[in-house]
Amino acid sequence: MERGRREVLHGVSFEVPRGMILGLLGPSGCGKTTLMRSVVGVQVVAGGTVTVLGEPAGGPGLRAKVGYSTQSPAVYDDLTVAENLAYFASVLGAPRGDVGRVLGEVGLGGAAGQVARTLSGGQRSRAGLAVALLGSPELLVLDEPTVGLDPVLRNELWELFHRLTAERGMTLMVSSHVMDEASRCDRLLLMREGEILADDSPGALRRRTGTDDLEKAFLRLVAERERAADGAERPGPGNGAGERP
Amino acid sequence: MSIPITLATARRILTQLRHDRRTVGMMVLVPTLVMALLYYVIGDQRSFNAWTPVLLCVFPFLVMFLVTSVATLRERTSGTLERLMASPLGKLDLLLGYGLAFGLMAAVQVALVLAVSLTWLGFELGGPVWPLVVVALGNALLGIALGLLCSAFARTEFQAVQFMPVVMIPQLLLGGILVPRDRMATVLEWISNVLPMSYAIEAMKLAVAGAGGDFWRDMAVVAGSAVLALVLGAATLRRRTP
Repeated sequence: MERGRREVLHGVSFEVPRGMILGLLGPSGCGKTTLMRSVVGVQVVAGGTVTVLGEPAGGPGLRAKVGYSTQSPAVYDDLTVAENLAYFASVLGAPRGDVGRVLGEVGLGGAAGQVARTLSGGQRSRAGLAVALLGSPELLVLDEPTVGLDPVLRNELWELFHRLTAERGMTLMVSSHVMDEASRCDRLLLMREGEILADDSPGALRRRTGTDDLEKAFLRLVAERERAADGAERPGPGNGAGERP
Repeated sequence: MSIPITLATARRILTQLRHDRRTVGMMVLVPTLVMALLYYVIGDQRSFNAWTPVLLCVFPFLVMFLVTSVATLRERTSGTLERLMASPLGKLDLLLGYGLAFGLMAAVQVALVLAVSLTWLGFELGGPVWPLVVVALGNALLGIALGLLCSAFARTEFQAVQFMPVVMIPQLLLGGILVPRDRMATVLEWISNVLPMSYAIEAMKLAVAGAGGDFWRDMAVVAGSAVLALVLGAATLRRRTP
């Protein structure tokens, strides 16, 4: 799969059951955004198939069912937060009352009348998240929704994410490059340079790598992958290719 | 296509304008002020009567082209277009929303400049006013449609603004304002024949004389060009981008 002129994702394959929080973790530039754009259906996919809620990604039937917030929040700078939400609510066919509801959910009620240009970075990203929550999406694709937020707000948002899956049965796909958020996901995709290093629950990853710290777990997986790649290039005694568990 | 989404989009664009009073003020007032300036510069009622329709024809096109190309470029670069392309909004909803909102602004602009010209500046028309209004609004729509199309070929607002002379000046030079079209070199006349502004200028001349002759054919060419530019503009809006 290519983004721009560079091949970004190579041989990525995974399935996500409904009703869980899937965390996409990895350093910036590893392909998280490209993967999320493919799921939403705004990415030109060079090869392979992406199926979302039983339909090809980006199909007309999915556009109101998939909530999406981009990394740099897609809000109109010259509209107030409430005006932004009111517009997206009409585009998505969401009821009028939704604007108040999502403002409360992301804790932006106090800034409803503020013009988006004057918002702080954290407020802006919450405004973008609020757009994704409008209507009743079945899948939420959130690209770095907690970037630039203080720990208290970050905690509140993660509580909201868990409520969305537990109470409303939504499926969430959340990207982050902060490893301490990984432990709050039900399942993790650890990515590096366009490949999936691991696809497992946080607990299983800790067990497999023998560490409690997910950051260390990630580093160990990277080292393991590099050893395997070296082995494939220069096969020697006791270092056969494809030995990865 | 969905009418509620188109209307919501037009309302959103007008709300954005409401937050930007200076832009609205310039859109509405500048043509009128330039018309007044022209009146005092010329100082001769007969020449002024000849030039007024030209400005009435050019201004709505110019202003709408600029405003639309910058506004849609912003939509493309700010990420809101990507968000909208992932939503149920149809491409035509967006384009018609822009057309409606800026078309309304153009109507206000034309109404003011005409009212001031006809009263304070003593502009005299041989026939009724409505043919000139039709030409001015048709030109505004053409400007909106071409602005939408050209914004697809600009990456920055600087580039978008530079498209204005590229699109505008050749059309004015070849449109028959300075030199009648049938007195140009043959090749230039051919080029002139395919430029929509030539028909707008011809329609403007006929409008002054009471909208006879080929007035409606010329207006149909202008409207058809606007629709063609809108369709091409829709083709440049992609749901999926690399």
